[in-house]
Amino acid sequence: MSTDNDMPQQGGARDEVILEVRDVVVRFGKNTILDHLNLDVRRGEILGFVGASGAGKSVLLRTVLGLIPRVGGTIRMFGQDLATVSDADRVKIDMRQGVLFQHGALFSGLTVLENIQVPMREYLNLPKKLMDELALLKLELVGLPRNAAHKFPSELSGGMIKRAALARALSLDPDIVFLDEPTSGLDPIGAAEFDELVAQMRDTMGLTVYMVTHDLDSLLSVCDRIAVLGNKKILVEGTVEEMMASEEAWVKAYFRGKRARTIVQPGPPTEKMYGN
Amino acid sequence: MQLDIDEGRNGTATEAAFHLSEVDGVMTCELSGDWTTHTVGEVDREFRQLESREGFSALHLDLSGIRYIDTAGAWLIARMIQRQEKQGTKVEISRQSEAASILLSAVAETADNPDVPEDASRRFNPLGVFEAVGRGVFLLRSDIIYGLHILGATVGGAQMKLGGKQSINPNAIVSQIDRMGVKAIPIVVLMSAIVGAIIAQQGAFQLRYFGAEIFVVDMVGILVLRELGVLLTAIMIAGRSGSAITAEIGTMKMREEVDALTVIGLNPLGVLVFPRLVALVIALPCLTIIANFAALGGAILVSWTYSDITPAAFIERMRTAIDLTSIFAGLIKAPFMAMIIGIIASVEGMKVGGSAESLGERVTASVVKAIFIVIVLDGFFAIFYAQIDF
Repeated sequence: MSTDNDMPQQGGARDEVILEVRDVVVRFGKNTILDHLNLDVRRGEILGFVGASGAGKSVLLRTVLGLIPRVGGTIRMFGQDLATVSDADRVKIDMRQGVLFQHGALFSGLTVLENIQVPMREYLNLPKKLMDELALLKLELVGLPRNAAHKFPSELSGGMIKRAALARALSLDPDIVFLDEPTSGLDPIGAAEFDELVAQMRDTMGLTVYMVTHDLDSLLSVCDRIAVLGNKKILVEGTVEEMMASEEAWVKAYFRGKRARTIVQPGPPTEKMYGN
Repeated sequence: MQLDIDEGRNGTATEAAFHLSEVDGVMTCELSGDWTTHTVGEVDREFRQLESREGFSALHLDLSGIRYIDTAGAWLIARMIQRQEKQGTKVEISRQSEAASILLSAVAETADNPDVPEDASRRFNPLGVFEAVGRGVFLLRSDIIYGLHILGATVGGAQMKLGGKQSINPNAIVSQIDRMGVKAIPIVVLMSAIVGAIIAQQGAFQLRYFGAEIFVVDMVGILVLRELGVLLTAIMIAGRSGSAITAEIGTMKMREEVDALTVIGLNPLGVLVFPRLVALVIALPCLTIIANFAALGGAILVSWTYSDITPAAFIERMRTAIDLTSIFAGLIKAPFMAMIIGIIASVEGMKVGGSAESLGERVTASVVKAIFIVIVLDGFFAIFYAQIDF
């Protein structure tokens, strides 16, 4: 076996671009939603994605996932062009990504444990007992109680559905997870816990996170980089500090508006500030 | 930039493996290869055997050979540590990578109690049969009561929850009649015409032996008008509109739209069920009349081609064979059947739970129950008519 030195770095190099979006154009009929949009997501980072409602955040996410066809441009994931990738490679890419849809999208006819096992069942040939254990492990990793294992999605609260959906997204230990408004509908404490969880996953598993969110708290506390979508492309991209310095009208209103100031500059000092 | 898709994790991933060696009661286990979700399935069984193995005082896990590790690999190792320590073995890990130690601490908590909780609802219960029967009986009772509630609410009209404004919406009723009645005409006509033709043909062949072919008119006339016209139409509507009602109400129930109606102060039964039920009660008799015409039309055509009974002769014979009671004996049944289809469909729709599966179950139940009850009801009507000589 190799020595410690020439072992490949687990999870690959930090600066490696996992997801590369170039000149992507999406149209619905005559209505252009995304116009020559460019975006890079690097390994091991948490990218926060913001934009006004209806700006096309979900459209971009769904385009990247291949759920919406694009008119032009290329999307590369793990270095593979998604337009020309073979079916076999496409499956490999699917196995390395996890998605948390906005409303969870848990399969309503399956229990939480079975939901988490769906990708394992589909792609891998694991013994039943090991699958049960791994699903339970994922369940506890996302902070769900054990007794939720055999519940059906209709018996879960909104926050639990999000967590269970995250557990399913993490089922195969993916390299990248896409989170669509993961903290919307959660109470502030639950949302903060969720953010911490995401940061912890990034630290433990080297997970890359692409997070569409409106939650200023999550943006400020866990995101390494923020991208702002507006005017059919990325308006600004950078760290929280860069966002603060931006003169773009929408960005200014968002990060330096009245609401933001109360979070960014709270009266009494709090612990949670610029997480990174 | 071209990265290798197979890098590390997938295609070129090396298998997970471990090698055991025992020296002076110290078992050394050297792990090598990729220990990821994709690869650990192969070693899980052997590794599990090692977990319960006894006869050594210390276990030394050497993780230096591991190339990649993820939570699944960490899980196997953490499980091993937990099980062996429980047996009193001293477990030591060495030369782990940074990633491995982070992952091991992340999964440690779950590994302290690695057994998956049992699903109480799936445990075998010898009394389950009785339980199921009991549940079924009580469910039937609540179904019937709920059905009567719907009937009552329909008689009461589409009122607000607190009474007051009578808000019958004629537009809703008309649009439902259009969907359930008018749009069903083509299929009802086609089906009835074919059935009428088949009966006429078969009847004519049998009656020919007795030289009584003309009596095929009596047979078809009475059979179609009293029984088949209404029964076939009701079955078709139960499949076509009953399922639609269940699916619509069920989906609204799933998305809390029914709850929204209640909270706004409307009576969901009044708003959702009432127009559909009224529409069905109007549409089904009308469709029955059309079906009767279509079936007789089919019979006329076939009698003409196979038995040389001209349409004029057919109609002439029909005048003596049937009277108004034959027509009404069939038609009277239609509103009752419409009621049953509508009520069963609504009850089943309201019973839809949270899952897509339950929606499918309820739609199936709705159609099956409606058709069954419609046929049973038809039988009761036949007995009733015989008793009163109608």
